[in-house]
Amino acid sequence: MVNTLILAAEGTPSPVLPHTSEIILGLIAFLLLLWVMQKFVAPRFEALYSERAAKIEGGIERAEQAQAQAQKMLDEYKEQLAEARAEAARIRDDARAEGTQIVEELREQAQAESARIVAQGQHQLDAQRAQIVAELRADLGKVAVQLAGKVVGEALEDEARRRGTVDRFLNELDAVAAPATK
Amino acid sequence: MGELVLAEGGVFVPPGAKDFFLPPIFGGVTKPMVLVVLSVIIIGVFFLLATRSFKLVPSKFQFIAESVYDMGRNSIAREQIGGKDFKPFVPLIVTLFTFILVNNLFGIIPIIQFPTMSHIGFPLAVAVLVVYPVYHFVGFKRHGFVGYLRNQLFPPGVPKPVYILLAPIEFFSKFIMNPITLAIRVFAAMFAGHLILLVFTLAGEYLLLEAGGLLKPVSLLSFAFAIAMTFLEALIQVIQAYIFALLSASYIGMALASDH
Repeated sequence: MVNTLILAAEGTPSPVLPHTSEIILGLIAFLLLLWVMQKFVAPRFEALYSERAAKIEGGIERAEQAQAQAQKMLDEYKEQLAEARAEAARIRDDARAEGTQIVEELREQAQAESARIVAQGQHQLDAQRAQIVAELRADLGKVAVQLAGKVVGEALEDEARRRGTVDRFLNELDAVAAPATK
Repeated sequence: MGELVLAEGGVFVPPGAKDFFLPPIFGGVTKPMVLVVLSVIIIGVFFLLATRSFKLVPSKFQFIAESVYDMGRNSIAREQIGGKDFKPFVPLIVTLFTFILVNNLFGIIPIIQFPTMSHIGFPLAVAVLVVYPVYHFVGFKRHGFVGYLRNQLFPPGVPKPVYILLAPIEFFSKFIMNPITLAIRVFAAMFAGHLILLVFTLAGEYLLLEAGGLLKPVSLLSFAFAIAMTFLEALIQVIQAYIFALLSASYIGMALASDH
């Protein structure tokens, strides 16, 4: 056993001492792999990543655009809706105002009409009254003069004086009658 | 060699450093040499095939390749070097990660079953001859000779007298120890892991073939442990590859950073 141990110790180098051939081979192998990675593998990965990033960013951009467009349309619709509402309200107000105006006008018309009718009636009445008064006055004057002539026994020759007397009498009569009509 | 000894004396010889130095396959070519070449072919072909016909929506194969590349690119290189400078180093970091990973995983792949990185020459080549020059080169290039040395050896925010102690320590760690520890870390983990697997497997074999009747069933326990350790090894192998790439990226990031 001692022999084998010694043999083993003699035959095997210390594990912490590197073999020159292994260092060289390890270095070459590693550098070769590094070259392959640097030259072929990494560029392909990076190209893929940038392509993917571009695609995703493009997608995000498109989505943002679509969103902005949708927002714009929504705003437009809202605006239109608000406009429509305002217009409807305005139309309603207008209609209401117009209605009141029409009613007012109609009332005014009716009032005017009634006033006109009343005035016309009044007018007619006045005219009739004036006519009646004039007729009566003439008749009354004549009758009164005749009566007076008969009573006095003679015709009153002085026209001017006769008229003055009758007119004065009638005016007095009017003055008495006026407060009563008011 | 172990079997030879067993056949001779029937005495259990624990596995040791000798088990890592198998006789050459032909000429001066040894198993780890073949495995390193094999790893380069595997990784190169894998990535070349995966990237040959890239699609925006990845296939399963492309997805796996992308996950590996993304791991090196985003979670190691970008995190450690920073979003501004990491792009040129991505191939290096991804290569480091996959190279170490595949060579480590050789340790638990049936028939191959040898972690290449348990031969210190390989991690040393990568750490001392690739990572070390790269991070100092980019540091000198970025900050100039004096600027880089001041950046590295005189970290700000320390009282002046402390620099007497701190500067030599920083120099020792950054210019001498970093690449060596980087290599030794993965080497030691692979060496020890492989040794543990050997111990349990050879012990199981010995117990089964040579031990007395009552002890024979114990070999089952030993084999079970060997299997459990294989799972643990798988974890450690991935972690070591990750750490190697992570630390390399971290050294590059520190060399590029303007303040410490």
